[in-house]
Amino acid sequence: MAAIPLINVLFIAGVLFSIGMVGLLVRRNVIFMLISVEMMLNAAGLAFVAAGSRWVQPDGQVMFLFILAMAAAEVSVGLALVILLYHRFKTLDTDVASLMRG
Amino acid sequence: MQNLWLAPALPFASFLILALVGTRLPRWLVATLGAGSVGLAALVSLSIASKFITSPPPGHEFTQTLWSWVRVGNFQPNIALYLDPLALMMLLVVTVVGFFIHLYSTQYMQDDPRYARFFSYMNLFVGSMLMLVLGDNLLLLYLGWEGVGLCSFLLIGFWFQEQANADAAKKAFVVTRVGDAFMAIGLFILFNQLGTIDIQDMLARARLNWPVGSGLAIAAAALLLGGAVGKSAQLPLQTWLPDAMAGPTPVSALIHAATMVTAGVYLIARMHVIYELAPSVMTLVAVIGALTLLLAGFTALTQRDIKRVLAYSTISQIGYMFLALGVGAWSAAAFHLMTHAFFKALLFLAAGAVIYALHHEQDMFKMGGLRKQLPFVFWVFLIGGAALAGFPLITAGFYSKDLILWETYTSPHGSKYLWAAGLFGAFMTALYTFRMIFLVFFGEENAHVHHRPGVRMLLPLGVLAVLSIIGGFVEVPDTLGGGKHTFTELLAPSFGEAAAHEPAPAVGDAAFPTGAGVNETATAEQAAEHGADHSKEMQLQIIAAVTALLGIFVAGRIFLRKRTSAMELGVPGLPAALQRFWATGWGFDALYNSLFVRPLISFARFNRSDAFDLIYKFIAWLTQRGHFALKETQTGLLRWYAAGIAAGAIVVLTLAVLR
Repeated sequence: MAAIPLINVLFIAGVLFSIGMVGLLVRRNVIFMLISVEMMLNAAGLAFVAAGSRWVQPDGQVMFLFILAMAAAEVSVGLALVILLYHRFKTLDTDVASLMRG
Repeated sequence: MQNLWLAPALPFASFLILALVGTRLPRWLVATLGAGSVGLAALVSLSIASKFITSPPPGHEFTQTLWSWVRVGNFQPNIALYLDPLALMMLLVVTVVGFFIHLYSTQYMQDDPRYARFFSYMNLFVGSMLMLVLGDNLLLLYLGWEGVGLCSFLLIGFWFQEQANADAAKKAFVVTRVGDAFMAIGLFILFNQLGTIDIQDMLARARLNWPVGSGLAIAAAALLLGGAVGKSAQLPLQTWLPDAMAGPTPVSALIHAATMVTAGVYLIARMHVIYELAPSVMTLVAVIGALTLLLAGFTALTQRDIKRVLAYSTISQIGYMFLALGVGAWSAAAFHLMTHAFFKALLFLAAGAVIYALHHEQDMFKMGGLRKQLPFVFWVFLIGGAALAGFPLITAGFYSKDLILWETYTSPHGSKYLWAAGLFGAFMTALYTFRMIFLVFFGEENAHVHHRPGVRMLLPLGVLAVLSIIGGFVEVPDTLGGGKHTFTELLAPSFGEAAAHEPAPAVGDAAFPTGAGVNETATAEQAAEHGADHSKEMQLQIIAAVTALLGIFVAGRIFLRKRTSAMELGVPGLPAALQRFWATGWGFDALYNSLFVRPLISFARFNRSDAFDLIYKFIAWLTQRGHFALKETQTGLLRWYAAGIAAGAIVVLTLAVLR
């Protein structure tokens, strides 16, 4: 199996991260925002794995496992908040939930 | 003598009880505690005095170390009491006179709602004064000194519901504080230079280390004088005392007779070694005394308020004591202090009885003819007044004042001018004292006696009247019946003199080389001088006696006649403007108002919006602006926060990459 050059993988990771970032900033639906955050996390994980294989170190994959666990925790808390948000405001629009203004 | 500690401890204990639970005690118990504690202290003092006089301790001094206060390197002040004849005399005056004043107050203050508080302050006052008198070191003395200052503030402003009384208390506190600041600096100098705060040690070291007229001695003496001048209400810090009349009358009696104002005299007498090393400061003391006694005499002549007359007379009599201190007549000053305590307490208490009877009327021109309505008060007031005026032979005031005048004339530090000032002051004293007596007790009756003073007020008056007469017989000059020098001989160890009444020869002796033949001629000369001294002393005494009688006679000529409006100013026939000037106390209040008070107030007003405040206001303004600006970022929009985090991360990463 031919080795994929590191730069290609990092490029894909950067593209994924940017898409997630833009999605986070432009979407108002909280579910989509969470999905965007997941994308960013996975982009970071991909970069770690690539770096680990490039230097033949296990650390990259260890970091990815950590990110995976953290993402699971984040999603569970985040989804709980989403449910509460929906109960309270009957909508998933985050701009409506801006009571802490000023 | 081991129970010396009881003397200050009893009033302090009573103070604590009254201050903590006084309001819950019945009045009779408060009175018993308040007066009884001082009475017991007086009994303790009397028993100590009888032991001290019959079998004096070695060196005529006794130190009782109670415990060590603090220990910091060399600085180890003890809580220790020191008793020598001077302290003993003060101890007796403070406790005995203090007790009679307390006894009197139990009735005088009967209707006051804050009875317990009054007695707790009074006890603290007496206790502090005893601390001052018995303190073995300067720190303890200073503690008592400040305690006395505090109590005077509390008691002068006892009826603080009226603004004027509160102001008077504030004035007394602030003015004496000016002197206290000087005194504190003086104490620091003494400690710094002599390395001890034990008074006797310090005096011994000063005598060894400092030559006569050394700069340090002069500085220390002058600074201590500042404190003494403030406490004893002498020129130029005398203005607080007349206003201190705002307090209840027993308080005035306590301040004027037993405590407070005598503290300055005591301080100088206690530190007399330092003053002997600074002759120029001693001259200053004498001049201050002479000026004060004259100024206060003139002012007393033009007052309408009976208590203010007495206040100015106190200033004037303390002036005599300063005069005596200034010419080195330490025992004479102490003697006058004692007799003054008797007759001034008597006069104040008697005046209080008059005020009490007339329902708080203090204007002498609204009194008159009280001789028939209050005969007992009249007689004791007359005795007190006669003692104050120095009525010859039968009053204590005559003997003490005469001793001062004689010492002023003969002492190497004295002069004829000082003597003349003292003599003129004696004339003024007689004049204003009998002006007061004639106005209050003679003439037509135009006041109605509301309630008569009871036995608890009259008993102290009687005892003090007796003391005002016999108090002088402990020191009789040689010219009268052989002479008796009990008082000066008793006090001599305190001042390290052979005999206080002959200060002159010691100086002459030192000047001669000590050959046997020279000594004999010297003693022969002294004997001849002695004879000459006696006739001279006799002459001066007659002059002094005649002066006092003349003052009384003049007062009678002027003030026994029908009252005129001219008399209300003081002496008819003198220019009214001058007398009005005197009546304001030689304009000192106005002077200090325009020199210090008003500039200070206007500065304070100006300072309300001062430059320093602007800095802090600017900081506050800046913080507020910043708050408003940052508040805008708190939008509550989740995406903005995410964008903020992203932007921040980009900035940090950029910085990390470009570093």
